[in-house]
Amino acid sequence: MPEPASPFDDLAQQHEAAQLGMWAFLATEILFFGVLFTGYTVMRLLWPDAFVAGSRHTDLPLGAIETGVLLTSSFTAAWALQAVKRSRPREAGWLLLFTATMGVAFLGIHGAEYRHDYLSGVIPGIRYDEVGDNAPREALFFVLYYVTTGFHALHVLIGVVLLCILARLAFRGDFLPENHAPLEVGTLYWHLVDIVWIFVFPLYYQVGRA
Amino acid sequence: MHRAESSYLTEGSTLASWLTTHDHKRIAILYAVAITFFFFLGGIAAALIRLELATPHGDLMSADTYNKTFTFHGVVMVWFFLIPSIPNTLGNFLLPLMIGARDVAFPRLNLFSWYLYLLGGLFTVTCLLLGGVDTGWTFYTPFSTLFSNTHVVLAVVGVFIVGFSSILTGLNFIVTIHTLRTEGMTWLRLPLFVWSMYGVSLVMMLATPVLAMTLSLLAIERLTGVGIFDPSLGGDPLLFQHFFWFYSHPAVYIMVLPSMGVVSELITASVRRKIFGYRFMVYSIIGIAVVGFLVWGHHMFVAGQSMYASIVFSILSFIIAVPSAIKVFNWTATLYKGDITFGAPMIYALGFVGLFMLGGLTGLFLAATALDVNLTDTYFVVAHFHYIMVGGAVMAYLGGIHFWWPKITGRLYSEGWARFAAILMFLGFNLTFFPQFLAGAEGMPRRYYRYPDEYALLNVLSSAGAVLLAASYLLPVGYLLWSMRFGERAGPDPWGAKGLEWETASPPPSHNFERPPVVTDGPYAYVHP
Repeated sequence: MPEPASPFDDLAQQHEAAQLGMWAFLATEILFFGVLFTGYTVMRLLWPDAFVAGSRHTDLPLGAIETGVLLTSSFTAAWALQAVKRSRPREAGWLLLFTATMGVAFLGIHGAEYRHDYLSGVIPGIRYDEVGDNAPREALFFVLYYVTTGFHALHVLIGVVLLCILARLAFRGDFLPENHAPLEVGTLYWHLVDIVWIFVFPLYYQVGRA
Repeated sequence: MHRAESSYLTEGSTLASWLTTHDHKRIAILYAVAITFFFFLGGIAAALIRLELATPHGDLMSADTYNKTFTFHGVVMVWFFLIPSIPNTLGNFLLPLMIGARDVAFPRLNLFSWYLYLLGGLFTVTCLLLGGVDTGWTFYTPFSTLFSNTHVVLAVVGVFIVGFSSILTGLNFIVTIHTLRTEGMTWLRLPLFVWSMYGVSLVMMLATPVLAMTLSLLAIERLTGVGIFDPSLGGDPLLFQHFFWFYSHPAVYIMVLPSMGVVSELITASVRRKIFGYRFMVYSIIGIAVVGFLVWGHHMFVAGQSMYASIVFSILSFIIAVPSAIKVFNWTATLYKGDITFGAPMIYALGFVGLFMLGGLTGLFLAATALDVNLTDTYFVVAHFHYIMVGGAVMAYLGGIHFWWPKITGRLYSEGWARFAAILMFLGFNLTFFPQFLAGAEGMPRRYYRYPDEYALLNVLSSAGAVLLAASYLLPVGYLLWSMRFGERAGPDPWGAKGLEWETASPPPSHNFERPPVVTDGPYAYVHP
């Protein structure tokens, strides 16, 4: 049985602390992204036409695939947790690796989207070829799009690293049915990454597109 | 060394043993050293400002240098002194002791936040050495993004990084209070200092991310020329102000909530009475932390926000005065029939109550929309927030440092010198800042390096006060350091104060308590009813 870390009396207390710590961290994350979503709302109310024009540039099919990829990965992350609870750590390890692979796939598809954006010149401050009266306003849409998706992609990247570490721990047999706090905390984080995307996808790819 | 004398201070004396420590008490000391450095750095800037304003003509420095000086003063004092002051020093030291824990929940994270603080500080100092920044501590757009030719991005990165130190400390404290309370330490037996740490941690955790993200947008805008906050590109500079004050108004409560916690401990111990209305003190801490998030618009009455928004923000700002007033009344009521001793901590605490009250009441003037139109951007505002931040937060910080000094170092300081410094600070503070209320009411605008001759008398008084104030800050450095070597040994509880931190040795052993304490009674169990 592993020993609790220094300030804790027992493992149960340590797990409680780890879980509460992650929930608290997720609350701060909501506020980080909250600024970007608020900025989006304000700018969209100011310039609805420019935002509609901007959202036609995002790639709906690719966005839909990314959504599918992330949702699948969240499912397998949750499955991995269940596998550990049912004493199947190797199964959990493979599921976590699969989840990480989905994360990498997401990043790859998103990178392709960025590349396409660069070639069509819709990255304000770097390469922006849009012209016309609405172009500066449309640029606001793209700024928020890149900051939001870029910040999200950073979270995916960190998540992939975490998932790989968790997979290693799972294969090593560190997770027991009654003792797997790092896994619980790590998957919680991965679900946040997923949930943020659930808001990004409709706002930037779907709303007002038709 | 005798076994009985081993303490957290004797666990290793090399620099490396300090820089890699996970002990919350040692990390508190690391913070104390770092914030003292920044306090005096910001203090030098303040001294230069008062020196410039001692004469009306702007003869010491150019307008540009003056702008950089007050910006540096603001940035350093707000983010590198006031916000971390009580939470990261006294909070780090006392929180685990007060709840009977061995450490905070995440000791390594705690050390990591100190390094983040240093890294943020490094950026800020680098920014100063390269020539500084002239936007004011508020970094208002579009000046900061389009027009300023100074090192805005460096300064912003420094604040961004130190923000994470704040967030992680808040998170650590919240988890610590939730999970590491010792047996019998129920929520309503927590000392008010712990409650104030809980309130302040909530605010640090939930407000700071907004600042971090907003400053990132500002930096992106400045570096790439895109325009979320640039009106000429369709952006909205008011949006920046909303985001900025969504953090920076709660930040005022980051400074003052811990002070309220400290003062509650100081007064009860000096009066030897239970705090009057414990539950209401708790509710008012939480009330201030929550309502503090809803009043930011009172910084923007003249910025062009809608009239209706201003009315709502005005009303909410009046409402937040209610829990603050409850606290002032309860401190005062605690004195009634108490066995009062006027040691240095009590002088600081009473000074806090008086100055906080003046600062709070003048805040109501500024919360009244019609009056604010006249007073905004004058020295009245400067005086108001210095009454809260310096008269309030610094007074409480120093009071707390004195009160817990014997616990931290195991030694007693010189009571005579300490009382003298406390009284000098109260007088010097009032002489510095009270004239600024008058100058502001007569219309003297803030942030100018020269002014019409009519304001000369008030400014000379203010600068003279600053000399006394500076002396009252330097004195404790002298006699406190002296006491570390030559002071009388304190014993576990030199004040006869109640609370778990006084039940262990001074200085405490590395693991705080010989065996985990069990709590059977509420806080402030003094003999007087």
